[in-house]
Amino acid sequence: MSLIAITEVKKRFGDNEVLKGINIDVEPREVIAIIGKSGSGKSTLLRCINGLETIDEGSILVAGAQLLPDELHLKALRLKVGMIFQQFNLFPHLTAGRNVMLSQMVVKKVPQAEAEAMARKMLDRVGLAHKFDAYPEELSGGQQQRVAIARALAMQPMALLCDEITSALDPELVNEVLAVVKELAKEGMTLLMVTHEMRFAREVCSRVVFMHQGRVHEIGPPEEVFAHPKTPELQQFLGVQH
Amino acid sequence: MNEFTTWDILRNLLLATRWTIVLSLATFVFGGIVGLILLFMRTGKSRVLRNVAWGYIEVLQGTPLLMQLFLAFFGLALFGLNVPPWLAAGLALTLWTSAFLAEIWRGCVEAIAKGQWEASASLGMGYVQQMRWVVLPQAFKIAIPPTVGFSVQIVKGTAVTSIIGFVELLKAGTIVTNATFQPFVVYGFVALIYFALCYPLSMSSQVLERKLNVAHRNH
Repeated sequence: MSLIAITEVKKRFGDNEVLKGINIDVEPREVIAIIGKSGSGKSTLLRCINGLETIDEGSILVAGAQLLPDELHLKALRLKVGMIFQQFNLFPHLTAGRNVMLSQMVVKKVPQAEAEAMARKMLDRVGLAHKFDAYPEELSGGQQQRVAIARALAMQPMALLCDEITSALDPELVNEVLAVVKELAKEGMTLLMVTHEMRFAREVCSRVVFMHQGRVHEIGPPEEVFAHPKTPELQQFLGVQH
Repeated sequence: MNEFTTWDILRNLLLATRWTIVLSLATFVFGGIVGLILLFMRTGKSRVLRNVAWGYIEVLQGTPLLMQLFLAFFGLALFGLNVPPWLAAGLALTLWTSAFLAEIWRGCVEAIAKGQWEASASLGMGYVQQMRWVVLPQAFKIAIPPTVGFSVQIVKGTAVTSIIGFVELLKAGTIVTNATFQPFVVYGFVALIYFALCYPLSMSSQVLERKLNVAHRNH
């Protein structure tokens, strides 16, 4: 059974139909890159999977459970699926360690000592064990994003949604974040990422989804999608010469 | 006929100042509590509660405090409730304050980046948890200067309660004037005492603002 089943999902913002019937099944341990021009609906799709946007039609099942927009179902969903944002969104009034501990203690009611041990472990996993007591503003963008990853991982999700997580970073900081994601992929984490890092998508992902005007325009393994784009839109997007 | 010394005048005014201070503090505390409840209603998810809070705030901000005071004092009396002046004064000021504080604080809550709400939501937090652990700790810093600033309005606002016979500083001034026939001296002192109460508050508001701007760090 697929871990995330997206069926005929439609989403409108007023008159603007952003998603026009999306179908994607994500298997456990899959790493999927979603590429496409801005405005193609890729970020909206991720936000729908995490319940940050409600869908107008269709269904999203995560581990067999239907996504419903009430607080109880949303909470259950979000314990299964973590999300990482372009702007990191660390809590600026808390240290890195506290950022990772907070939701464990508040949402899962994990005792403080246990939450702290988990936070140290997760920060170590992203290479930032020594930054436990640093505040977000004392960290570089790349370090902040790695803390955000640790924060999501500490909730032990089944899948991670990554929404352009390297787009707000200076070029020299992109690799340290991608290295962490690559490591996660190797360990078998299910990942669904909107990205502009084509090389990374080619190396790490099991499948690539090309979205165009609110639809899945092409989908397939990276070798195929990148080497033999079928549609003129993807060819143009990839800048393939004829 | 008795002669009144300056000290007699001042002493009587200072004694009444106690009630201005007590009324101000009580108003600030109770108004703050009601304001906080309104804040949760106003920024929460329930449309009904949001609208109730919105209506309450608009009505209290859109009518004169003096009129609210009359309603609390004379209006409740019409329903057979005999409200003593101190209670009517405290009630009217509390309601008035809660509306303004709720609106000030709503501005502070809305100043917190949307990403903070989304990140905490994606970690599974509910609305109250998000407010308690993520949004309010950050909004608190922004809220201090305008909240302290508003406390000046509260102190001055207590003066209108003299109309319904609550003997605070201004009412005491009127009483002393009637006895001494020295309105300029008496009201001069009254003004100085109000100023002595309010000036430190507005100064500390400014100092806090500067301090919090310099220490931009949010902890």
